[in-house]
Amino acid sequence: MANYLIKRILMLIPLLLGITLITFTVIHLAPGEPVEMQTAMSPKASAASRARLREFYGLDKPLHVQYGMWLSNLSRLDFGRSFAPDNRPVLDKIKERIPITISLNVVALILEFGLALPIGIMAAVHRDTLLDRAISVFVFVGFAVPTFWLALLCMYLFGVKLSWLPISGIHSLGSDHWSWWWRTLDLARHLVLPISIATFGSLAGLSRYMRSTMIEVLSQDYITTARAKGVRERVIIYRHALKNALLPVITLLGFSLPALIGGSVIFETIFSIPGMGQLFYQGVMARDYPLVMGILVIGACLTLVGNLLADLCYAVADPRIRHGRG
Amino acid sequence: MILARILCLLLLLMCAACGQDAPWNKVQAQGGKGAQFVTGSIGEPSTLIPILASDSASSDIAGLVYNGLVRYDKNLKLEGDLAESWDVSGDGLQITFHLRRGVKWHDGHDFTSRDVLYTYRVTVDPKTPTAYAEDFKQVQSAQAPDPYTFRVSYAKPFAPALASWGMPILPAHLLEGKDITKSPLSRNPVGTGPYIFKEWVPGQRLALEANPNYWEGAPHLSRYVYRIIPDNSTMYMELKAGGVDMMGLSPVQYQRQTTSRQFLERFNKYRYPASAYTYLGYNLRLPMFQDVRVRRAITCAINKEEIIQGVLLGMGQIAHGPYKPGTWAYKAKVENDPGYDPARAKALLEEAGYRMGGDGIMARGGKPLSFTIMTNQGNDQRLKCAQIIQMRLRQVGIDVKIRVMEWASFLTNFIDKGKFDAVLMGWTISQDPDLYDVWHSSKTGPKELNFIHYLNPELDRLIVEGRGTFDMAKRRDCYYRIQEILAKDQPYTFLYVPDALPVVTSRIKGIEPAPAGIMHNFIKWYVE
Repeated sequence: MANYLIKRILMLIPLLLGITLITFTVIHLAPGEPVEMQTAMSPKASAASRARLREFYGLDKPLHVQYGMWLSNLSRLDFGRSFAPDNRPVLDKIKERIPITISLNVVALILEFGLALPIGIMAAVHRDTLLDRAISVFVFVGFAVPTFWLALLCMYLFGVKLSWLPISGIHSLGSDHWSWWWRTLDLARHLVLPISIATFGSLAGLSRYMRSTMIEVLSQDYITTARAKGVRERVIIYRHALKNALLPVITLLGFSLPALIGGSVIFETIFSIPGMGQLFYQGVMARDYPLVMGILVIGACLTLVGNLLADLCYAVADPRIRHGRG
Repeated sequence: MILARILCLLLLLMCAACGQDAPWNKVQAQGGKGAQFVTGSIGEPSTLIPILASDSASSDIAGLVYNGLVRYDKNLKLEGDLAESWDVSGDGLQITFHLRRGVKWHDGHDFTSRDVLYTYRVTVDPKTPTAYAEDFKQVQSAQAPDPYTFRVSYAKPFAPALASWGMPILPAHLLEGKDITKSPLSRNPVGTGPYIFKEWVPGQRLALEANPNYWEGAPHLSRYVYRIIPDNSTMYMELKAGGVDMMGLSPVQYQRQTTSRQFLERFNKYRYPASAYTYLGYNLRLPMFQDVRVRRAITCAINKEEIIQGVLLGMGQIAHGPYKPGTWAYKAKVENDPGYDPARAKALLEEAGYRMGGDGIMARGGKPLSFTIMTNQGNDQRLKCAQIIQMRLRQVGIDVKIRVMEWASFLTNFIDKGKFDAVLMGWTISQDPDLYDVWHSSKTGPKELNFIHYLNPELDRLIVEGRGTFDMAKRRDCYYRIQEILAKDQPYTFLYVPDALPVVTSRIKGIEPAPAGIMHNFIKWYVE
């Protein structure tokens, strides 16, 4: 097992290098440089001031030199400084944004799994009944309705009309003077709408997946045998079938790992949540190369770690994989 | 079971939210002294060191934290800010500023001419990555003979020089000898302005507090909060819910969504011409557009009023030239300015040798009169405008295609390389009427602003003459003549000057709309 693990980790290094090279090339291929985004169409910016800015950011050096410098910095875990006029370290900018994105996505993920699994099981157990159809309609509405539209509707209803919930942001103004309890409640109030809508929007896929795996498991011979032996239906479903039906669903969790830090641009924009999605979008629009590269590298690392974990789980479950047969 | 529990939790939260003793119910509707003002912005400031920033969010904040030597008053005339007065020498080569005494930086230091000299030096320093050095580079020498006098000399008279000293002055005692790009002042500015910087929560808000020692008197609104709300619809809902006190409305919001009695009781809407115009610019390197009759025909075929009604719902006015109506350089009646006249458009095209083909498209020498209008993505008004123009030009026999491009690639691949037929774009109108950067024939190089390649020796001469004198009457004559030439030549079809449409909650009093807009007396706004 240890050999397998070391082999897999060593394989990650060239993979990660390849990813950085491709993303570096792609982002430099996009038209427009950060300097241009800052000075374009400004009567006050002359060719000399442009040249001065390019030199300041090191954009006057050949691409391979820029890549080399970036890579050598990265090897010391230095993500460089942002090309935005504030010139702050990329890592500081990411650190500011990552907690809210992670907590939001973790809560949404827990809710999503917590709701989708029982819904899927219920639909599978009551297959082709009125309940199953009603659930189908419900989850597909969530799937089909554009999230931003639903978000705006809810903001209007709960925020403007009923004044129950705040509309945007994550804290009320002046909340820094409140007690811990009120601050937490305030944060929760701000997150009710975004989290409910994010969860509602992604229920369909997972619950349908759960339903189909459950149906598949319920049609297996050992379930029929259990039924024939007179085992109670509850026991069959929750003790025998669920365990097996959950296995493929759990691998889905592994894939969700990189998405946890990615954030969603549309979502964070509508609800004014200062998360990673917003930061990444701003970075791309401003051609802030170090920022974009930083976020992509962290994302790539997490994807690779997610894949590695998933593979390890398989390997634990199935010895044939770790011995190279399979 | 889990579902039921979560629902219970949500209900509980909502109940808690409705409780009258919850602190969030007490934040709003504060009045009198200590009132706070919340405004919303789509973008977040990039840095609060003004010479390093080029975005409007940064300059919004910088405008409240810093002062320049001069500023525009409510009637858009230059007045003293940190300079109490100034003298221009007889030959126009030297400006002496007499600085205001007793002004203090927010950290308590005295403001002196040393700060002005530092700001000048750091701006022209080749190591400073700023886009604002150009006007200051005209300066031949700068001196601070005593703490309250600052003198600059120019090689030749340069009229925009005065306005260039509206640049925010930076604190020398905190920045001198340090690397300005790494200064903590970019996140924690120290200025002389009416508001003192308090906090910046990234991605969420910035807060400023009234400066009790401000030389014009402390602002009445004691706290200014600048919330970052990247989505316009969200901002509009925040406005209605009381989360922001002011925002700029879109024409649809102004005309259709904010007319109820209930809304008008809670908010005051304002409307005045914005300092910007939208235009259709022609690539004058193309033979098709080198013929002035073709350009005039296109202008005649476009119904500008219809565009204003259709795109802006009437919230704007026709543009005839590069100036804002009502400003001193603007000439109201310009000879030779083509109005909407499709018959004249057809006649002009025929005069230029075009004949109507069987397909309804004019052609000359077998070549149909056809071109593409390019515009940038993300600006719905420009796209609609292009569509209306397309429809009108088709009626006189001109075939128009529309291409919408992402901003950066639009600039890099098309504008910079001169690879376009016509563009639909906009300029902001600066307060000083100098047109050198956009219209002078020396500005046709790569990445320069005369990208349509308009070359006119008479216009060049007038531009240079206009910026080379401080005599207002002489300058006005130059700019009047320039407007006549542009109206005759039609290198652009000037389309419209949109209206700025701010809305402010009615609890805020003391707002005085003026040619400069509504923010000019912000420190006098108050809550009853």
